[in-house]
Amino acid sequence: MPELKAIGIRVYRGDHAVLDGLDCELGTGRCLQVTGANGAGKTTLLRVLCGLIEPEEGELWWRGSRISLRSPEYQRALCYLGHLPPLKDDLTGRENLRFASVLRSTSAPGGREAAIGAALAEVGAADFADRPTRSLSTGQRRRVALAALPLSEASLWILDEPIANLDAAGQAVVASLIARQLARGGSVIAATHQELGLPASSRDELVLGADR
Amino acid sequence: MIGAALAVVGRDLRLALRRPGQALQPLAFFAVVTLLFPLGYTPELDKLRQIAPGVLWVAALLAGLLSLESLFREDAQDGTLEQMLLSGQPLAALALAKTAAHWLLTGLPLTLMAPVLGIALGVPGSAMPGILSSLALGTVTLSLVGAVGAALTLGVRRGGVLLGLLTLPLTVPTLVFGARATELAIAGEGLSGALYLLAALAVLAVTLAPLAVAAALRIGSE
Repeated sequence: MPELKAIGIRVYRGDHAVLDGLDCELGTGRCLQVTGANGAGKTTLLRVLCGLIEPEEGELWWRGSRISLRSPEYQRALCYLGHLPPLKDDLTGRENLRFASVLRSTSAPGGREAAIGAALAEVGAADFADRPTRSLSTGQRRRVALAALPLSEASLWILDEPIANLDAAGQAVVASLIARQLARGGSVIAATHQELGLPASSRDELVLGADR
Repeated sequence: MIGAALAVVGRDLRLALRRPGQALQPLAFFAVVTLLFPLGYTPELDKLRQIAPGVLWVAALLAGLLSLESLFREDAQDGTLEQMLLSGQPLAALALAKTAAHWLLTGLPLTLMAPVLGIALGVPGSAMPGILSSLALGTVTLSLVGAVGAALTLGVRRGGVLLGLLTLPLTVPTLVFGARATELAIAGEGLSGALYLLAALAVLAVTLAPLAVAAALRIGSE
Protein backbone atom coordinates (compact mmCIF):
# COMPACT_ATOMS: atom_id res chain seq x y z
CA MET A 1 0.00 0.00 0.00
CA PRO A 2 1.54 3.30 -1.03
CA GLU A 3 1.92 6.04 1.57
CA LEU A 4 0.45 8.64 -0.74
CA LYS A 5 -1.19 8.43 -4.12
CA ALA A 6 -2.49 11.30 -6.22
CA ILE A 7 -4.78 10.68 -9.17
CA GLY A 8 -5.63 13.13 -11.93
CA ILE A 9 -4.49 16.31 -10.21
CA ARG A 10 -5.50 19.33 -12.28
CA VAL A 11 -4.64 22.89 -11.27
CA TYR A 12 -5.30 26.02 -13.29
CA ARG A 13 -3.77 29.46 -13.01
CA GLY A 14 -6.21 31.53 -15.02
CA ASP A 15 -6.67 29.65 -18.31
CA HIS A 16 -3.32 27.94 -18.11
CA ALA A 17 -3.20 24.40 -16.72
CA VAL A 18 -0.19 24.21 -14.41
CA LEU A 19 -0.84 20.57 -13.65
CA ASP A 20 -2.97 18.70 -16.16
CA GLY A 21 -4.20 15.38 -14.89
CA LEU A 22 -1.10 14.39 -13.00
CA ASP A 23 -0.76 11.00 -11.29
CA CYS A 24 1.92 10.16 -8.80
CA GLU A 25 2.64 7.62 -6.13
CA LEU A 26 4.91 7.56 -3.14
CA GLY A 27 5.85 4.30 -1.46
CA THR A 28 6.36 3.95 2.28
CA GLY A 29 10.02 4.42 3.17
CA ARG A 30 10.82 5.93 -0.21
CA CYS A 31 11.85 9.29 -1.54
CA LEU A 32 10.10 10.78 -4.55
CA GLN A 33 12.28 13.32 -6.28
CA VAL A 34 10.27 15.78 -8.38
CA THR A 35 12.20 17.39 -11.19
CA GLY A 36 11.26 19.47 -14.18
CA ALA A 37 12.04 22.76 -15.87
CA ASN A 38 11.25 26.07 -14.21
CA GLY A 39 7.52 26.62 -14.41
CA ALA A 40 6.75 22.93 -14.83
CA GLY A 41 4.68 23.03 -11.65
CA LYS A 42 6.97 21.48 -9.05
CA THR A 43 6.10 23.92 -6.29
CA THR A 44 2.43 23.83 -7.27
CA LEU A 45 2.40 20.05 -7.01
CA LEU A 46 4.02 20.14 -3.57
CA ARG A 47 1.57 22.77 -2.38
CA VAL A 48 -1.33 20.69 -3.66
CA LEU A 49 0.00 17.61 -1.89
CA CYS A 50 0.24 19.38 1.44
CA GLY A 51 -3.19 20.98 1.11
CA LEU A 52 -2.24 24.61 0.56
CA ILE A 53 -3.78 24.63 -2.91
CA GLU A 54 -7.11 23.03 -3.62
CA PRO A 55 -6.86 21.31 -7.02
CA GLU A 56 -9.65 21.82 -9.54
CA GLU A 57 -9.87 18.08 -10.01
CA GLY A 58 -8.18 15.01 -8.68
CA GLU A 59 -8.15 12.80 -5.66
CA LEU A 60 -5.64 11.98 -2.99
CA TRP A 61 -5.25 8.66 -1.24
CA TRP A 62 -3.27 8.41 1.96
CA ARG A 63 -2.52 5.03 3.51
CA GLY A 64 -5.29 3.34 1.59
CA SER A 65 -8.14 5.76 2.17
CA ARG A 66 -9.28 8.73 0.19
CA ILE A 67 -8.77 11.91 2.16
CA SER A 68 -9.54 15.56 1.98
CA LEU A 69 -6.27 17.46 1.69
CA ARG A 70 -7.21 19.53 4.69
CA SER A 71 -7.89 16.69 7.05
CA PRO A 72 -6.11 17.48 10.33
CA GLU A 73 -4.81 13.90 10.68
CA TYR A 74 -3.08 14.13 7.31
CA GLN A 75 -1.68 17.58 8.03
CA ARG A 76 -0.31 16.43 11.39
CA ALA A 77 1.44 13.55 9.62
CA LEU A 78 3.21 15.80 7.13
CA CYS A 79 5.84 18.46 7.46
CA TYR A 80 6.23 20.97 4.63
CA LEU A 81 9.30 23.08 4.12
CA GLY A 82 8.94 25.64 1.35
CA HIS A 83 11.79 27.44 -0.33
CA LEU A 84 11.62 30.18 2.33
CA PRO A 85 12.73 29.09 5.80
CA PRO A 86 9.65 29.75 7.99
CA LEU A 87 11.52 31.69 10.65
CA LYS A 88 10.80 34.94 12.45
CA ASP A 89 13.70 37.38 12.11
CA ASP A 90 13.35 38.71 15.65
CA LEU A 91 13.39 35.33 17.36
CA THR A 92 16.39 33.10 17.84
CA GLY A 93 16.58 29.79 16.00
CA ARG A 94 15.74 27.93 19.17
CA GLU A 95 12.70 30.12 19.86
CA ASN A 96 11.49 29.60 16.30
CA LEU A 97 11.76 25.84 16.67
CA ARG A 98 10.08 25.90 20.07
CA PHE A 99 7.13 27.73 18.53
CA ALA A 100 6.97 25.29 15.61
CA SER A 101 7.03 22.36 18.01
CA VAL A 102 4.28 23.71 20.30
CA LEU A 103 2.21 24.72 17.27
CA ARG A 104 2.20 21.13 16.04
CA SER A 105 1.69 19.81 19.60
CA THR A 106 4.49 17.30 19.12
CA SER A 107 4.75 14.72 21.86
CA ALA A 108 8.56 15.02 22.36
CA PRO A 109 8.88 12.06 24.72
CA GLY A 110 12.21 13.11 26.22
CA GLY A 111 11.12 16.71 26.76
CA ARG A 112 10.72 19.49 24.23
CA GLU A 113 13.98 21.31 24.94
CA ALA A 114 16.00 18.11 24.63
CA ALA A 115 14.30 17.31 21.30
CA ILE A 116 15.07 20.81 19.99
CA GLY A 117 18.69 20.52 21.10
CA ALA A 118 19.04 17.13 19.41
CA ALA A 119 17.47 18.39 16.18
CA LEU A 120 19.74 21.44 16.11
CA ALA A 121 22.80 19.27 16.68
CA GLU A 122 21.69 16.92 13.93
CA VAL A 123 21.66 19.70 11.32
CA GLY A 124 24.81 21.35 12.67
CA ALA A 125 23.03 24.50 13.80
CA ALA A 126 23.70 24.29 17.54
CA ASP A 127 26.41 26.96 17.44
CA PHE A 128 24.19 29.74 16.12
CA ALA A 129 20.80 28.61 17.43
CA ASP A 130 20.73 31.27 20.14
CA ARG A 131 21.44 34.19 17.85
CA PRO A 132 18.57 36.24 16.44
CA THR A 133 17.61 34.83 13.06
CA ARG A 134 18.10 38.31 11.59
CA SER A 135 21.87 37.96 12.02
CA LEU A 136 22.13 34.56 10.31
CA SER A 137 23.22 33.93 6.74
CA THR A 138 20.85 32.36 4.19
CA GLY A 139 22.50 28.96 4.57
CA GLN A 140 22.41 29.14 8.36
CA ARG A 141 18.70 29.98 8.28
CA ARG A 142 18.16 27.06 5.99
CA ARG A 143 19.88 24.75 8.49
CA VAL A 144 17.78 26.02 11.39
CA ALA A 145 14.66 25.47 9.28
CA LEU A 146 15.79 21.92 8.48
CA ALA A 147 15.92 21.16 12.20
CA ALA A 148 12.12 21.47 12.19
CA LEU A 149 11.91 18.25 10.14
CA PRO A 150 13.19 15.71 12.71
CA LEU A 151 11.44 17.76 15.39
CA SER A 152 8.05 17.53 13.64
CA GLU A 153 7.66 13.76 14.18
CA ALA A 154 5.98 13.74 10.76
CA SER A 155 5.97 10.57 8.68
CA LEU A 156 5.82 12.47 5.39
CA TRP A 157 8.22 15.28 4.55
CA ILE A 158 7.43 17.56 1.63
CA LEU A 159 10.49 19.61 0.73
CA ASP A 160 10.78 22.37 -1.84
CA GLU A 161 14.40 22.81 -2.98
CA PRO A 162 15.83 21.45 0.29
CA ILE A 163 19.47 21.88 -0.67
CA ALA A 164 19.29 25.35 -2.18
CA ASN A 165 21.78 27.77 -0.58
CA LEU A 166 23.57 25.01 1.30
CA ASP A 167 27.29 24.25 1.22
CA ALA A 168 28.61 20.73 0.64
CA ALA A 169 28.41 19.91 4.36
CA GLY A 170 24.84 21.23 4.45
CA GLN A 171 23.87 19.10 1.47
CA ALA A 172 25.29 16.07 3.23
CA VAL A 173 23.15 16.96 6.26
CA VAL A 174 20.03 16.97 4.08
CA ALA A 175 21.00 13.62 2.58
CA SER A 176 21.52 12.07 6.00
CA LEU A 177 18.28 13.58 7.35
CA ILE A 178 16.37 12.06 4.43
CA ALA A 179 18.18 8.73 4.75
CA ARG A 180 17.34 8.55 8.45
CA GLN A 181 13.69 9.44 7.75
CA LEU A 182 13.46 6.66 5.14
CA ALA A 183 15.14 4.18 7.49
CA ARG A 184 12.55 5.09 10.12
CA GLY A 185 9.82 4.07 7.65
CA GLY A 186 8.90 7.64 6.77
CA SER A 187 8.60 9.04 3.26
CA VAL A 188 9.92 12.13 1.53
CA ILE A 189 8.86 14.16 -1.48
CA ALA A 190 11.51 16.61 -2.60
CA ALA A 191 11.50 19.00 -5.53
CA THR A 192 15.04 19.71 -6.65
CA HIS A 193 17.28 19.88 -9.68
CA GLN A 194 20.34 18.81 -7.80
CA GLU A 195 21.45 15.37 -6.75
CA LEU A 196 20.16 14.55 -3.30
CA GLY A 197 22.91 12.00 -2.73
CA LEU A 198 20.57 9.12 -2.03
CA PRO A 199 21.05 5.53 -3.21
CA ALA A 200 18.98 4.86 -6.32
CA SER A 201 17.30 1.93 -4.60
CA SER A 202 15.32 4.20 -2.26
CA ARG A 203 14.57 6.91 -4.78
CA ASP A 204 11.88 7.35 -7.43
CA GLU A 205 11.81 10.20 -9.85
CA LEU A 206 8.89 12.19 -11.22
CA VAL A 207 9.66 14.45 -14.17
CA LEU A 208 7.10 17.19 -14.65
CA GLY A 209 6.29 18.69 -18.02
CA ALA A 210 8.11 15.90 -19.83
CA ASP A 211 5.33 15.37 -22.35
CA ARG A 212 5.11 18.98 -23.44
CA MET B 1 -5.15 23.27 20.55
CA ILE B 2 -5.15 25.63 23.53
CA GLY B 3 -1.39 25.20 23.89
CA ALA B 4 -0.89 26.09 20.23
CA ALA B 5 -3.18 29.13 20.50
CA LEU B 6 -1.34 30.35 23.60
CA ALA B 7 1.96 29.84 21.79
CA VAL B 8 0.74 32.11 18.99
CA VAL B 9 -0.25 34.83 21.49
CA GLY B 10 3.05 34.45 23.34
CA ARG B 11 5.09 34.60 20.15
CA ASP B 12 3.35 37.74 18.88
CA LEU B 13 3.78 39.51 22.24
CA ARG B 14 7.44 38.54 22.29
CA LEU B 15 7.93 39.83 18.76
CA ALA B 16 6.32 43.12 19.74
CA LEU B 17 8.66 43.39 22.73
CA ARG B 18 11.67 42.88 20.47
CA ARG B 19 10.45 45.64 18.18
CA PRO B 20 8.70 48.11 20.50
CA GLY B 21 8.74 50.92 17.94
CA GLN B 22 6.24 49.17 15.73
CA ALA B 23 3.87 48.42 18.61
CA LEU B 24 4.01 51.99 19.89
CA GLN B 25 3.16 53.62 16.55
CA PRO B 26 -0.64 53.23 16.77
CA LEU B 27 -0.59 54.50 20.35
CA ALA B 28 1.40 57.59 19.39
CA PHE B 29 -0.95 58.14 16.44
CA PHE B 30 -3.95 57.98 18.79
CA ALA B 31 -2.39 60.53 21.13
CA VAL B 32 -1.39 62.93 18.36
CA VAL B 33 -4.77 62.85 16.57
CA THR B 34 -6.67 63.40 19.81
CA LEU B 35 -4.43 66.25 20.91
CA LEU B 36 -4.79 68.02 17.56
CA PHE B 37 -8.40 68.87 18.39
CA PRO B 38 -7.73 71.30 21.24
CA LEU B 39 -5.27 73.02 18.89
CA GLY B 40 -7.27 72.93 15.69
CA TYR B 41 -10.83 73.35 16.96
CA THR B 42 -10.95 75.36 20.18
CA PRO B 43 -9.19 75.29 23.53
CA GLU B 44 -12.52 75.79 25.36
CA LEU B 45 -13.16 72.66 27.38
CA ASP B 46 -16.95 73.07 27.29
CA LYS B 47 -16.98 72.86 23.51
CA LEU B 48 -14.34 70.12 23.38
CA ARG B 49 -16.34 68.04 25.84
CA GLN B 50 -19.21 67.91 23.33
CA ILE B 51 -17.09 66.39 20.58
CA ALA B 52 -14.90 64.28 22.87
CA PRO B 53 -16.83 61.00 22.36
CA GLY B 54 -16.59 61.18 18.59
CA VAL B 55 -12.95 62.25 18.64
CA LEU B 56 -11.86 59.49 21.00
CA TRP B 57 -13.70 56.75 19.12
CA VAL B 58 -12.75 57.78 15.60
CA ALA B 59 -9.11 58.23 16.63
CA ALA B 60 -9.07 54.83 18.37
CA LEU B 61 -10.66 53.22 15.32
CA LEU B 62 -8.08 54.66 12.93
CA ALA B 63 -5.18 53.86 15.26
CA GLY B 64 -6.33 50.25 15.53
CA LEU B 65 -6.60 50.05 11.75
CA LEU B 66 -2.99 51.19 11.34
CA SER B 67 -1.56 48.07 12.90
CA LEU B 68 -4.06 45.66 11.35
CA GLU B 69 -2.50 45.63 7.92
CA SER B 70 0.56 43.78 9.14
CA LEU B 71 -1.46 41.34 11.27
CA PHE B 72 -1.14 38.44 8.80
CA ARG B 73 1.11 39.99 6.17
CA GLU B 74 4.40 39.45 7.99
CA ASP B 75 3.52 35.86 8.77
CA ALA B 76 2.56 35.30 5.14
CA GLN B 77 5.82 36.77 3.90
CA ASP B 78 8.15 34.76 6.11
CA GLY B 79 6.27 31.50 5.65
CA THR B 80 5.13 31.03 9.25
CA LEU B 81 1.50 31.47 8.18
CA GLU B 82 1.81 28.39 5.96
CA GLN B 83 3.10 26.45 8.94
CA MET B 84 0.03 27.54 10.91
CA LEU B 85 -2.25 26.45 8.06
CA LEU B 86 -0.53 23.06 8.01
CA SER B 87 -0.24 22.55 11.76
CA GLY B 88 -3.34 20.37 11.93
CA GLN B 89 -4.76 22.75 14.54
CA PRO B 90 -8.14 24.42 13.99
CA LEU B 91 -7.26 27.51 12.00
CA ALA B 92 -10.08 29.53 13.57
CA ALA B 93 -8.48 29.03 17.00
CA LEU B 94 -5.13 30.27 15.71
CA ALA B 95 -6.84 33.21 14.02
CA LEU B 96 -8.54 34.08 17.30
CA ALA B 97 -5.15 33.88 19.02
CA LYS B 98 -3.58 36.25 16.47
CA THR B 99 -6.46 38.66 17.00
CA ALA B 100 -6.19 38.39 20.78
CA ALA B 101 -2.52 39.33 20.54
CA HIS B 102 -3.46 42.30 18.35
CA TRP B 103 -6.01 43.45 20.93
CA LEU B 104 -3.52 43.10 23.77
CA LEU B 105 -1.00 45.17 21.84
CA THR B 106 -3.37 47.79 20.42
CA GLY B 107 -6.93 47.73 21.78
CA LEU B 108 -6.00 47.40 25.43
CA PRO B 109 -3.34 50.15 25.51
CA LEU B 110 -5.63 52.45 23.48
CA THR B 111 -8.37 51.87 26.03
CA LEU B 112 -6.03 52.65 28.91
CA MET B 113 -4.79 55.81 27.21
CA ALA B 114 -8.24 57.19 26.40
CA PRO B 115 -9.10 58.57 29.89
CA VAL B 116 -5.78 60.38 30.06
CA LEU B 117 -6.24 61.92 26.63
CA GLY B 118 -9.84 62.68 27.61
CA ILE B 119 -8.52 65.18 30.16
CA ALA B 120 -7.23 67.30 27.29
CA LEU B 121 -10.74 67.24 25.83
CA GLY B 122 -12.37 68.34 29.10
CA VAL B 123 -13.74 64.91 30.02
CA PRO B 124 -14.53 64.81 33.76
CA GLY B 125 -12.89 62.19 35.97
CA SER B 126 -16.27 60.67 36.78
CA ALA B 127 -16.58 59.51 33.15
CA MET B 128 -13.41 57.39 33.31
CA PRO B 129 -15.02 54.03 34.22
CA GLY B 130 -17.61 54.44 31.46
CA ILE B 131 -14.98 55.34 28.85
CA LEU B 132 -12.74 52.46 29.90
CA SER B 133 -15.47 49.85 29.78
CA SER B 134 -17.00 51.02 26.51
CA LEU B 135 -13.65 51.21 24.72
CA ALA B 136 -12.52 47.86 26.12
CA LEU B 137 -15.61 46.21 24.61
CA GLY B 138 -15.52 48.24 21.41
CA THR B 139 -11.87 47.58 20.59
CA VAL B 140 -12.46 43.83 20.85
CA THR B 141 -14.98 44.09 18.03
CA LEU B 142 -12.71 46.38 16.05
CA SER B 143 -9.78 43.95 16.27
CA LEU B 144 -11.93 41.04 15.14
CA VAL B 145 -13.69 42.83 12.28
CA GLY B 146 -10.35 44.25 11.22
CA ALA B 147 -8.77 40.81 11.25
CA VAL B 148 -11.36 39.64 8.70
CA GLY B 149 -10.43 42.60 6.51
CA ALA B 150 -6.72 41.95 7.00
CA ALA B 151 -7.11 38.32 5.99
CA LEU B 152 -9.18 39.23 2.93
CA THR B 153 -6.66 41.81 1.71
CA LEU B 154 -3.70 39.52 2.33
CA GLY B 155 -3.11 38.88 -1.35
CA VAL B 156 -3.46 42.54 -2.31
CA ARG B 157 -0.33 44.58 -2.73
CA ARG B 158 -0.49 47.69 -0.55
CA GLY B 159 -3.89 46.69 0.75
CA GLY B 160 -3.97 49.32 3.50
CA VAL B 161 -6.54 51.61 1.89
CA LEU B 162 -8.68 48.69 0.79
CA LEU B 163 -8.53 47.33 4.32
CA GLY B 164 -9.92 50.64 5.60
CA LEU B 165 -12.66 50.71 2.98
CA LEU B 166 -13.68 47.16 3.86
CA THR B 167 -13.44 47.44 7.61
CA LEU B 168 -14.64 50.93 8.51
CA PRO B 169 -18.27 50.50 7.32
CA LEU B 170 -18.53 47.29 9.33
CA THR B 171 -17.45 49.08 12.48
CA VAL B 172 -20.26 51.67 12.28
CA PRO B 173 -22.52 49.94 14.86
CA THR B 174 -19.64 49.79 17.34
CA LEU B 175 -18.79 53.42 16.66
CA VAL B 176 -22.41 54.55 17.15
CA PHE B 177 -22.99 52.69 20.41
CA GLY B 178 -19.49 53.37 21.68
CA ALA B 179 -19.65 57.10 21.13
CA ARG B 180 -23.12 57.14 22.67
CA ALA B 181 -21.87 55.26 25.75
CA THR B 182 -19.02 57.74 26.11
CA GLU B 183 -21.42 60.66 25.72
CA LEU B 184 -23.65 59.25 28.48
CA ALA B 185 -20.63 58.66 30.70
CA ILE B 186 -19.51 62.29 30.27
CA ALA B 187 -23.03 63.52 31.02
CA GLY B 188 -23.03 61.36 34.16
CA GLU B 189 -26.04 59.31 33.06
CA GLY B 190 -26.53 55.55 33.12
CA LEU B 191 -24.83 53.86 30.16
CA SER B 192 -25.58 50.21 30.79
CA GLY B 193 -27.90 50.00 27.76
CA ALA B 194 -25.16 51.07 25.37
CA LEU B 195 -22.63 48.81 27.10
CA TYR B 196 -24.93 45.80 26.68
CA LEU B 197 -25.18 46.50 22.96
CA LEU B 198 -21.39 46.88 22.69
CA ALA B 199 -20.95 43.60 24.55
CA ALA B 200 -23.45 41.89 22.25
CA LEU B 201 -21.51 43.08 19.21
CA ALA B 202 -18.26 41.86 20.77
CA VAL B 203 -19.73 38.41 21.45
CA LEU B 204 -21.05 38.21 17.90
CA ALA B 205 -17.61 39.14 16.54
CA VAL B 206 -15.79 36.64 18.76
CA THR B 207 -18.12 33.92 17.52
CA LEU B 208 -18.13 34.60 13.80
CA ALA B 209 -14.99 36.53 12.91
CA PRO B 210 -12.44 33.72 13.55
CA LEU B 211 -14.31 31.43 11.15
CA ALA B 212 -14.33 34.14 8.48
CA VAL B 213 -10.63 34.87 9.06
CA ALA B 214 -9.77 31.18 8.74
CA ALA B 215 -11.66 30.87 5.45
CA ALA B 216 -10.07 34.04 4.08
CA LEU B 217 -6.57 32.90 5.06
CA ARG B 218 -7.06 29.58 3.27
CA ILE B 219 -8.12 31.38 0.09
CA GLY B 220 -5.39 34.00 0.44
CA SER B 221 -2.60 31.46 0.75
CA GLU B 222 -3.48 29.52 -2.41
